[in-house]
Amino acid sequence: MLTLQFVPYSDIERLDSSARIRKLLNIVKEEKIVLMQGRLRPEEETGLIEKTMESIRNKFTGIEICTIYPEEVSADLFGRLKKEFYKALIGDREGITVIGPATLIKEIRRDPNKIQLFTSVPVRRTSPRRKVVGGRAKAKKKKR
Amino acid sequence: MFQNKKQIKLGFYGPTNSGKTTLSNRICKDWLGEEIGIASKIPHETRNVTLKDSVVIKHRGKELSFTLVDTPGIATKIDYEEFMKYKMPEQQAKKRAKEATKGVIEAIKWLDEMDCVVVVLDATKNPYSQVNVTIIGNLAARDIPVLIVANKLDLKKASIKKVESAFPQYDVVGMSALEGTNIEEFYESLFRIIRKR
Repeated sequence: MLTLQFVPYSDIERLDSSARIRKLLNIVKEEKIVLMQGRLRPEEETGLIEKTMESIRNKFTGIEICTIYPEEVSADLFGRLKKEFYKALIGDREGITVIGPATLIKEIRRDPNKIQLFTSVPVRRTSPRRKVVGGRAKAKKKKR
Repeated sequence: MFQNKKQIKLGFYGPTNSGKTTLSNRICKDWLGEEIGIASKIPHETRNVTLKDSVVIKHRGKELSFTLVDTPGIATKIDYEEFMKYKMPEQQAKKRAKEATKGVIEAIKWLDEMDCVVVVLDATKNPYSQVNVTIIGNLAARDIPVLIVANKLDLKKASIKKVESAFPQYDVVGMSALEGTNIEEFYESLFRIIRKR
């Protein structure tokens, strides 16, 4: 079973960099996949890699991480300054960051606007596919 | 910025197995006649930051003196079992994995020391990986000049266009460090980004 845990930006906005990293890494170590609103700062991303490397043991082999961030559409200076001002004021809430344990996620492929998660373990169905037998099945087929 | 500097610290960064050591070796061989390290197909061959001082590169009548800094590949995961696929004994694989984790940390710590960085990417792979984005984002945040090398152009699958479209705001040089293809273009771009400073 895969567990996804959503982390809204409001959960991390008051934390300093090391507390943010610790919080995210602790969730990943519980074998959950983090879906975080917004993104980490560049120095926090390297901080997360450093802490991950320090944490690598037999069962924890690291993380897979990926961020999708909206393209910079506004080309004019005023628009960009406005955006930077808002970012400084309320934080960088745009985009989404996915972080998961490498034991669960084999690879995250990112195209500019798309994330593909490749898991290491086969995802099992929680309930077996229902078998429809007899007349009802035939009736359904006819309806289609 | 660099005019009064005697030695420009030139870092080679990138993901594992992208050809950082192969490119550093080529430059060292061109200008010093010796290599900086051992390149290998097994990931994390370079597990320590390696320096080569006083590499004087001459290009179109100008010369600059560099300290080349070859760094371990940046990775977000290291699994010793991956090394065992290369027929490495378990104990040796575990030792290599431990050294590799330290190497990644060391490479990140060295980012602040760099005057200029060559980011070496494997042009046969998807350039949008988070490791690439993180390295380049960190260099931009530190205002360190960056030259991107789309390496392994000798391979069929390689695409310089993909690298260029992933990082449109940066200088990208397509080359094969192994064969030395486009090395002159590399030196030209290197001198150009340093001149901008």
